[in-house]
Amino acid sequence: MSSPTRPTGTTAPRGIALLGVLAVVFLTLPLIGLASRTPWTQLATLLRDPVVIQTLRLSLIASLSALLLSTVLGVPLAWLLARSHFPGRRLVRALAVLPMVLPPVVGGVALLLAFGRRGLFGQLLFDATGLSLPFSTAGVIVAETFVAMPFLVVTVESGLRSLDRGYEEAAATLGATRWTIIRTVTLPLIAPSLAGGMALCWARALGEFGATISFAGNLPGRTQTMPLAVYLELESNPSAAYLLSFVLLAISIAVLVGMRDRYLGQP
Amino acid sequence: MPRLRLTALAGVLIVLAACASAEESDGATSPQDTLAGDVTVFAAASLTDALTEIGSEVERMYAGVTVTFNFAGSQQLATQIVEGAPADVFASANLAQMDVVADAGLVAGHPVMFARNRLQIVVEPGNPRRIATLRDLQRDGVTVVLAAPQVPAGRYARAALDRAGIALSPVSLETDVRAVLSKIALGEADAGIVYASDVAAAGDRVTGVEIPDAANVVATNPIAALAAAPNAEAAQAFVAAVRSEAGRAALARAGFELP
Repeated sequence: MSSPTRPTGTTAPRGIALLGVLAVVFLTLPLIGLASRTPWTQLATLLRDPVVIQTLRLSLIASLSALLLSTVLGVPLAWLLARSHFPGRRLVRALAVLPMVLPPVVGGVALLLAFGRRGLFGQLLFDATGLSLPFSTAGVIVAETFVAMPFLVVTVESGLRSLDRGYEEAAATLGATRWTIIRTVTLPLIAPSLAGGMALCWARALGEFGATISFAGNLPGRTQTMPLAVYLELESNPSAAYLLSFVLLAISIAVLVGMRDRYLGQP
Repeated sequence: MPRLRLTALAGVLIVLAACASAEESDGATSPQDTLAGDVTVFAAASLTDALTEIGSEVERMYAGVTVTFNFAGSQQLATQIVEGAPADVFASANLAQMDVVADAGLVAGHPVMFARNRLQIVVEPGNPRRIATLRDLQRDGVTVVLAAPQVPAGRYARAALDRAGIALSPVSLETDVRAVLSKIALGEADAGIVYASDVAAAGDRVTGVEIPDAANVVATNPIAALAAAPNAEAAQAFVAAVRSEAGRAALARAGFELP
């Protein structure tokens, strides 16, 4: 560039600074609003409430199961998308990330039409075994996985793409088998993206609402996760809803702090 | 559409009542230009079909008025109104949620009861599980979906079940009554308890099983213009339209009973 250079990283143009500050205010005001209405003194009582414990437990079990499922299926998919060349790869990627942009409620209805008792595949399952996913904890895990797995796939895929293939090639010339290379070279090198993808995926699964309520329904102890409880408590017991929201918020902050290299650190 | 903005006239209600009945008798539209702007109606999910029809009627009568609806569980709407949502009219599925809004001093005048709704058991088309009474919902292998206890329909259903001394374990407690209906229409559960108006709205996608009067619970629907209504005149006009002959006819067609 031929224009006179300004020292970078010192002062921003006033317009940019103003809009940037506005963005920060916009993003933080709701949190301050929530914090100001949260009855902190009731926190200890609420966290001992058996219904809250049950809901928290179910949320953790479902979201961690969704994370496990997403990792087992999502990492191989990311590898295929990043490394192998097959016809229709762009289409496969588009389909795989579709749930990220699909309204979750639509996702939930689509899941019903596929895996419900009268769904395309769900009916076969029901006729053969008498099992059906809706209204079960397994249904919650399926809904959360559907919505959250794409976050893991895109993060791991971009990690694999930005990886220097030289290390893997060096390992191959030294006689390592493909599995040894994946296990001892590739996975350790993409560990930061894998961790980042898993954190995003888990946070998304934990906060999942729309797909869960339309596919798995709402029953305390079986399919009522934290966000569903917050939604229903908002009417009957707002202070419990604010507190539960804050517990979810605290978990989200913990995820962000855990990923500080990616989101909180220097570029 | 040409839009004349005239000052709202006093006695708008009388004019409205008159043209509502004129509309009824000759079917011709007689647009009034005394009202303008948006009117936002917060209404119980069970009222979706009837009020949408009345809303189009109001838009036909007043060329300058646009009716916008927010249909959800009454409990959720009451919370939104108390938290300051800019609504003009609130139509609730029970008195309790209207009281939440009235107790906060947010109702203009007094709420009026404009419709009643009976509970029905909703089952899949043709009633394959042969469900005839509330007691049949207890049978093994019958999956039942109810509205959550916070939702008026859930509270009424519970009252009816309690009165009959029936203990159920539903597979899901939905966040509004229409979600119960859709679970049955999609075939995901065998039976649910909804309003007669919901069964009517679903047409042949479901079958309704009547609950005898002795075991039934009658839901009352109150409506009120809101004290903080951004468009107070249009709010009154909408309430009047709901209570007009045409409004009552629309409610009756949708399966409501009239007071």
